[in-house]
Amino acid sequence: MSNVSANSEYVSYLDHQGKYKGIMSWIMATDHKRIALLYMYSIMTFFIIGVVLGIMMKLEMLTPGETIMKAKMYNSVFTLHGILMIFMVVIPGLSAVFGNFFLPIHIGAKDVSFPKLNRFSWWIFVVGSIMAVLSQVLKDGPPDTGWTFYAPYSTTTSSNVIMATAAAFVLGFSSILTGLNFIVTIHQLRAPGMKFFNMPLFPWALYATAWIQLLATPVIGITLLMLIAERAFHIGFFDPALGGDPLLFQHLFWIYSHPAVYVMMLPAMGVITEIIPTFCQRQIYGYKAVAVSSLAIAGVGFLVWGHHMYTSGMSDTARWFFSLLTFIVAVPSAIKVFNWITTMYKGSIDVKPPFLYALAFIFLFIIGGTTGLLLGSVATNVQVHDTAFVVAHFHYIIFGGMGFAFFAAIHYWLPKMYGRMYDFKMANIGLVINFIGFNLLYFPQFVIGIQGMPRRYFDYPAKFQPAQLVSSIGGFILVTGLIIMIYTLVKGARKGAPAPANPWRGSTLEWQIPSPPSVENFDEEPVIKENPYDYK
Amino acid sequence: MSQHTAHIEEHRDDEASKLGMWLFIFTELLLFGGLFLVYSIFRMQYPVEFRECSLELSVTIGAINTVVLLFSSMTVAMSMTAIQKNDMKKALLYIGVTLFCAAIFLVNKYFEWSGKFHHGLYPGSELMTHLDRGHHLYFSLYFFMTGLHALHIIIGMTLLFVCYFKVRKNTIHSQDYVLLENSALYWHLVDLIWIFLFPLMYLIS
Repeated sequence: MSNVSANSEYVSYLDHQGKYKGIMSWIMATDHKRIALLYMYSIMTFFIIGVVLGIMMKLEMLTPGETIMKAKMYNSVFTLHGILMIFMVVIPGLSAVFGNFFLPIHIGAKDVSFPKLNRFSWWIFVVGSIMAVLSQVLKDGPPDTGWTFYAPYSTTTSSNVIMATAAAFVLGFSSILTGLNFIVTIHQLRAPGMKFFNMPLFPWALYATAWIQLLATPVIGITLLMLIAERAFHIGFFDPALGGDPLLFQHLFWIYSHPAVYVMMLPAMGVITEIIPTFCQRQIYGYKAVAVSSLAIAGVGFLVWGHHMYTSGMSDTARWFFSLLTFIVAVPSAIKVFNWITTMYKGSIDVKPPFLYALAFIFLFIIGGTTGLLLGSVATNVQVHDTAFVVAHFHYIIFGGMGFAFFAAIHYWLPKMYGRMYDFKMANIGLVINFIGFNLLYFPQFVIGIQGMPRRYFDYPAKFQPAQLVSSIGGFILVTGLIIMIYTLVKGARKGAPAPANPWRGSTLEWQIPSPPSVENFDEEPVIKENPYDYK
Repeated sequence: MSQHTAHIEEHRDDEASKLGMWLFIFTELLLFGGLFLVYSIFRMQYPVEFRECSLELSVTIGAINTVVLLFSSMTVAMSMTAIQKNDMKKALLYIGVTLFCAAIFLVNKYFEWSGKFHHGLYPGSELMTHLDRGHHLYFSLYFFMTGLHALHIIIGMTLLFVCYFKVRKNTIHSQDYVLLENSALYWHLVDLIWIFLFPLMYLIS
C-alpha cells in the first residue's frame, strides 16, 4: 500500500487492507462505510427475528382461543417483537445504515467527524442488543409489558423488566452518539463551497433526525433509570399502590417516544426525496420547502406526545391543544408528499425497483398518515384507542413507511455499496408480493379495529375470524415476498453483474465516485454543484 | 495513497470536538432535566414534607461542597490558561487542585450519605418503606439525584486524571489542548448541576 503513488490506483473500501486483518478489520473498522454495513447486518438479523415473532402472532390469531401459544407467551412475543423492531431495527435503521454510509459522501467528506466514536456507537449497539436478548433468557422469564413499559404493570410484574429497560437505555446511548456525530459532521465537514442549502435532502433529513436523537433520547434514558430504581427500591415514582403517578411515566415515556417516531420517519422521507428526482430525471420540486419541512417536523414533533394519552386522563384543554399540534405536524409531512408527486410531473420516469418501492412508500404512507389524523382528533381517538386500528396505523407508518423506505434505499444504493447489480425482474416480483402481502396483513386490522378488536389480545370473538384469517394469510404472503427480496439482494451483492459508477443517472455526489467507493470516498476533490439535483 | 491514509488518521478538528462536547452537555442537561421535572411535580404535591426533610440535611456541608466545586471550576479554568501560556507546571498544579477539590466533595458526600445510612435512611431500607409518601419521595429523589451527580463527578475526575497524565507526557500542550478544554467544559457542567441541586435539596423554605 505504502509505495502506491497517489491517484494511480483505486482500491475499494471492501478490499482495502488496513491495520487489522480478517474479521477484526470489520470489528475495529472506523470507516463509516464498513460501520454502515455492520449496522446493516445486525439490523437485518434482528429484523428477521422480529418477523418470525410477528408470524408467530399471526399463527396464534388464525383461530379464536388458544392456537399455538398461551396468553402469557403471547404477551412476551409481542413485547419482544416491539422491543426488537423499535429499538434495534427502525430507530437505528436508516440513519445508522444509510446515514452512516451516504451522509459523508453526500456532503463531500471523507468520513464522519468522529470515526472512533462511530465505531464505539456500533459496539454499544451490540452490547445493548445482547442485553435485550439476555432479558429473554434470564431466569425471571421474558418481559411481558409491551415495548412501552407502562407503569404500574412494569413496576410490579415478576418478569425480567430491569434487563430489558437497561438494554433500551444502552441502545439509546448508541442512538445519541450517532446523532451527535452526524450534527458535528454536517456542521464541520461539508466540502468547501457546500452551504447548507447546497446539500442534498437526505443529509437535511438526517440533520433534523440527529437533533431529535440528541435531545429526546436522554429523557427516555432517565425515565428508564427511574423505572429501574422504582423496581429495585419500591420508591413509588409511578406505582399508584405506593402513591406514585403512572401518568407521569406515560408523559415522560412519550416525550421521547413520540419524537422517536420522527427518528424513524424523517430519514425515510429523506431516502424517498433522493430516489424520486433520480428516477424522474427532474429537479426536486420545492427544495427549500422539503428541507425546512424536515426541521419543522422535528421541532413540532417534540410537542405532540400527549396524543398518545387522550384516554389516560388529561384536562380537556391539554387534549385539544395536543390535538391541534398533531394536526399542525401533519402539514410539513403533507408538503413533502405533494412535492414528491409534483416532482414526477413532466419528468422522464424510469420505472426501476427503487422507484417502485418509493411509490409503494408514498401509497402506504398516505394511508398511514391520514389514519393518523383520525387518531389525532380526540373524539375519534377515544373510540379506537388501544384497538387493532392503532396497530394497523402504526404498521402502515413504521413498516409501510420506514420499512418500505429501507427497502427502497437498499435497492437504490446496493450497486454503490457493493459495486454489483441485482436482478430487476426478481426484485419487481418481490416488491409486488410484499405490497400485496402488506396490505392484506394490515388493512383488515383497520376494519376490525373500528369494530372493536382490542390490540395485544391473543383471543377474539368469532365474528372477527374472517378478517383475522385474511390478515394472517397476508402475513404469510409478506414473508414470502421478503424471502424473495432478501434472496435477490444477497445474490446480487455477492454474484451480481458489476455495477457502473452511476447506474441510475443520479446527480448527487455518491454517483460521481466509483462503485464501491474507495476508502476515502473522494480521491480527487469533488466538484460541488450549487444545486444537487441539476437534471437537464 | 499513503499520504491520504495518513491524513485521515491525523485529521484533527478542535472546533468539531468542542461542538461535540457541547452537544453531549445538552444531552446531560436533558438527562437531569427529567429528574428536575419529577422533583418539581412531587414537590408541588408534598411541599410541607419536602421542607421537613430538607431540614434533615446539613446546610453547612452542602454549602462547603458548593464552595469547593465553585473553586474547582475556577482552578480548572486556570489550568486552561496555564496550558495556553505553555506553563506546564502551573497547569499540572491547577488540575491537581481541581482533582483534590473533587475528592473533598466526594468525601463530604460520603459522610453525608453514611450519616443517613446510619439512621436507616437508604434506598430500599426498612425505614424508608415506613415513611409517609412525601418523606419517602424526597429521600428517594435525594439519593437518586445526588447519586447520579456523584457519578458525574467521578466521570469528570477520570477525564481530568487522563488530562493530568497527558500533560505530563506532553501530549497535551499549548498547541493541542482540546481534551483538557472539553474536560473542563464537562467539569463546569458538573458544577452547574450542583448549583441547581444545592438549593433544591438543602435550601427549601
